[in-house]
Amino acid sequence: MTAGRPLRVRPAGRHALLVELPDAERTGAFHAELLRRRAAGTLPPVEEIVPGARTVLLDGVPHPEELARRIAGWEVPARATDEGEAVEIPVRYDGPDLAEVAALWQVGVDEVGVRHSAYTYRVAFCGFAPGFGYLTGLPAELHVPRHDTPRTRVPAGALGLAGPYSAVYPRATPGGWRLIGTMPDPAPLWDLTRDEPALLTPGTRVRFVAEGGAP
Amino acid sequence: MTATLTVVRAGALTTVQDAGRRGHAHLGVPRSGALDAPALALANRLVGNAPGAAVLETTLTGCALRPDHTVTVVVGGAPCPVTVDGRPAAWGVPVRVPAGAVLDAGGVTAGVRSYVAVAGGIAVEPVLGSRSTDLLSGLGPAQLRPGDVLPLGTAAPRTPPAHVAPWPAPPTVLPLPLRPGPRADWFTATALRTLTAATYRVSQHSNRIGLRTEGPPLDRVRTGELPSEGMMLGAVQVPPDGRPVVFLHDHPTTGGYPVIGVVPEAALAAAAQAAAGTPVRFTPG
Repeated sequence: MTAGRPLRVRPAGRHALLVELPDAERTGAFHAELLRRRAAGTLPPVEEIVPGARTVLLDGVPHPEELARRIAGWEVPARATDEGEAVEIPVRYDGPDLAEVAALWQVGVDEVGVRHSAYTYRVAFCGFAPGFGYLTGLPAELHVPRHDTPRTRVPAGALGLAGPYSAVYPRATPGGWRLIGTMPDPAPLWDLTRDEPALLTPGTRVRFVAEGGAP
Repeated sequence: MTATLTVVRAGALTTVQDAGRRGHAHLGVPRSGALDAPALALANRLVGNAPGAAVLETTLTGCALRPDHTVTVVVGGAPCPVTVDGRPAAWGVPVRVPAGAVLDAGGVTAGVRSYVAVAGGIAVEPVLGSRSTDLLSGLGPAQLRPGDVLPLGTAAPRTPPAHVAPWPAPPTVLPLPLRPGPRADWFTATALRTLTAATYRVSQHSNRIGLRTEGPPLDRVRTGELPSEGMMLGAVQVPPDGRPVVFLHDHPTTGGYPVIGVVPEAALAAAAQAAAGTPVRFTPG
């Protein structure tokens, strides 16, 4: 990897390693490298590869110390920003927190969807619920804090913002994100009849496509 | 024709469990599976099933079932009275239950979770390679309710390989060996000493997601939020109240509280059987 000490391996019990990276971009690149090596058959057996915000957990590893030594010597190329097709998510910008977010962004309410849909996002990691992808790509000046008190129920398909992340709720759950829109049909986000049930897997690029006119 | 079990009494929390879902943590799918993995394997062996066949996991109050064919059943894990049509039957060894009779696994006399294995296994449709109920994310069959009908698989044509086996007793003190966790350096030296020196107790708020504990809170040297990161089975996570939570099989796959240590998987079966109030001793190991 690049100069300095960009990669740190932290202990995580007898059969796991937590690899820590300095930022989301290098975490994504390291995750992509792990998948490349696994596909090429050059990665030792690993049961789970779980990316986080700035870490990748390797779990179900028979010899973690040995793997840690190998990883320390890896050259990890930066990730190309535009490789592959982006998944398109149709969305109506009609969420209950639209006015709050517009105020935080200091723009008009109609402007929130225009801004939000102008960026290309990437699934940094999943969690919270099956198929719930944390999407990075919103510039820092548009990051908004989550609500102090979460809603007891956020409907499936709600598009929310929290800190650096955007996400669409695959199913109804409690949640504290600021809701700016709705995916009219959220069923494709998590579909157990598909070979890959999650539409948004870590590393996937995502574009939001505004549907209909302004609310 | 498929043999079935009808749920007569569902108990406080009875779920279908097998060896769990592997390889989907990156999608937010917990491992799930029987919390007392050795009990799952032994119960299956006693009725002639494969070690990871699906069984029923009960919680404290057992359950009652009526098969529509004569079946071989074993009730193991946490000890409890077992009856067939009201007549006492053996716990921990295979029992023949005639078609139409009611098998009742009663309230536990020690421990928390009993396991009911039926020859042929519970044959509900697998989801992502497992029949386990996942209470955190709602995958697999729902928690059992009275009147539910469960399909059974085909029993092996041979007699079970063993009839009697020793079952471990539920713990009166829960020893939990601890390996260093990825965020041990977020805690004070005092907190690290306290964790292994103090006595914690199993909280009544424990569930399949985590074994919650009560005891002295653990102070952090680093405050602020931890960016979400992958969580492993047995992770000892410390939320803002400072009381350690040991992650069990339905734990979230990513989370934002620091992990001070990790309990090896082999020690978690005893955690699954530790009743509320049981003293917990974390030991370096």
